[in-house]
Amino acid sequence: MGKTLAEKILTARAKTDARAGDIVVANVDLAFVQDTTGPLTVRQFKESGFRKVAEPQNAVIFLDHAAPSPARQLSNDHMLLRRFAHETSCHIYEVGDGVCHQLVAERFARPGDIIVGSDSHTVTAGALGAFATGMGSSDVAVALALGKTWFRVPETFFINLKGVFSTGVYAKDLILYLIGQLGADGATYKALEFGGEALAHIAVPERLTIANMAVEAGAKVGLFPSDEATQEFLAAQNRSDSYRPLYPDADAHYERLISLNMAELEPMASFPHTVDNAFPVSLARGIKIQQVFIGTCTNGRLEDLAVATSILQGKKRSPDTRLLVAPASRQVLTQAMDNGYIKTLIEAGAVILPPGCAACLGLHQGVLGDGEICLSTANRNFRGRMGNPEAMIYLASPATAAASAIRGEITDPREIM
Amino acid sequence: MPDIILKGEAIKLGDNISTDLIIPGRYAHLRSNLPQLAKHALEDADPTFVSRVRPGDFLVAGKNFGLGSSREHAPVVIKMAGISAILAKSAARIFFRNAINQGMPVLLCDTDKISDGDQLEINLSHGAVTNLTSGAKLSCSKTPPLMSAILGEGGLIPYIQKHKDFVITKH
Ligand code: SF4
Repeated sequence: MGKTLAEKILTARAKTDARAGDIVVANVDLAFVQDTTGPLTVRQFKESGFRKVAEPQNAVIFLDHAAPSPARQLSNDHMLLRRFAHETSCHIYEVGDGVCHQLVAERFARPGDIIVGSDSHTVTAGALGAFATGMGSSDVAVALALGKTWFRVPETFFINLKGVFSTGVYAKDLILYLIGQLGADGATYKALEFGGEALAHIAVPERLTIANMAVEAGAKVGLFPSDEATQEFLAAQNRSDSYRPLYPDADAHYERLISLNMAELEPMASFPHTVDNAFPVSLARGIKIQQVFIGTCTNGRLEDLAVATSILQGKKRSPDTRLLVAPASRQVLTQAMDNGYIKTLIEAGAVILPPGCAACLGLHQGVLGDGEICLSTANRNFRGRMGNPEAMIYLASPATAAASAIRGEITDPREIM
Repeated sequence: MPDIILKGEAIKLGDNISTDLIIPGRYAHLRSNLPQLAKHALEDADPTFVSRVRPGDFLVAGKNFGLGSSREHAPVVIKMAGISAILAKSAARIFFRNAINQGMPVLLCDTDKISDGDQLEINLSHGAVTNLTSGAKLSCSKTPPLMSAILGEGGLIPYIQKHKDFVITKH
């Protein structure tokens, strides 16, 4: 019988016939940590008696979550990570370079790779056909030291995409809808594999948004085949030699088949406090918001800023609503400057934050006050996520975020576009 | 080898306890000071948890326990608070793996049959739970052999120190 994308990649990398349910050991092509999970990884690594990183050219440290650092303890953690990078010769990306998952997509991920990161949204690189999954500090410490780790080969849900998005509807709406359908644990331990005739119309930046949130349905990976869109993206990053075609077998076995007609989707929002609490944004219409946050590994890319800019062009944010924008990487920021997006956003009343996680996880740069409501383009709205358990977070697309910033209340972007 | 038996009291939580509820991002500055960090364990889910928990107690949750971030600090602070095993209807993938890597048993079973404060006896070797308060017996889903081996060594780091590699047994 044929193989799913997950089975194909694990078969090739583990050099064994990998089938759903098997436990395999495979070499990893990239292992990375970020600054809030990395210090524990470093301590576990040292405690284990390891001195060398197996393949330093395939190991990366990202300083992105608390960047620039808001507290001396976190500054000391950054020092620890810089020292480790120096001692082991692995790559390090500094404060202001961007969010780990965006940088992995821009610079490292290749179709067919195995990538492990001590961050749950490592799944993002599945957009490029990499079997990329989040693990904890101990697992990544061992992956750094041995250059390999173990996997249980996941069963796969196939998401068959049809149609094209209607105006005002984006990849974010698709994935929020899908998570609403599956539930926050609906795909636990599974692979989500995206395919179907609509793929040709879904560019890699949109695929990154979709793959990024696979973990919000519990999935281990969110995989896309590698095709012309992949080739185009890699070429734009001067990485054409990273391209490898990658498709599932026609007779692969899927545990579940889900069909989704993109033309039937409408703008969506995840209501507080769970991501699967997803409904059409029209149901939240009129809810007053004190903050809008556009950014993160989910929606901080150039295409996201382009959409937000087109809506905010010549308009102003509501005086009662703060608008925070964090480009996902240095490359995104410079391109957004070149395209004039940053100027437009600043004129519309936005605060531009440095490339990085920014307000996403509540440790700096946009912590919410008691009772405040934020509309965010991030991937999680758990209670306490943005630094205050007394605050509420709605998740939506950059278009919805921009439209809502203008009105100061949650707004269906189609009303403004 | 004799069976490993744990006894203790259940501390009950609900469904969908995220890692943000277990140990919020706002305490990221304490992540290199684990004893301080552990004082905030589960603060946003149950503010009484840290003062209430006694060594050997069990954390008993509903579905999708530990969803969210990959922070291994989540099972670390639960363990440091004194919890000896976690029981849940289901657990998020990364949390499950992290807990095992920290030597913390996670048993998946029908936790509706356990109430807050119940006395439990857990036979880790057989994955069997007896509710001593109600008399109910619960069976737990099987853990893959590699994970049981890692748990048996007290976690991933001691496992790797001993075996130097992953040992996969075909079954
Ligand atoms: S942007 Fe948010 S979700 Fe993405 S890696 Fe940073 S903290 Fe995590």
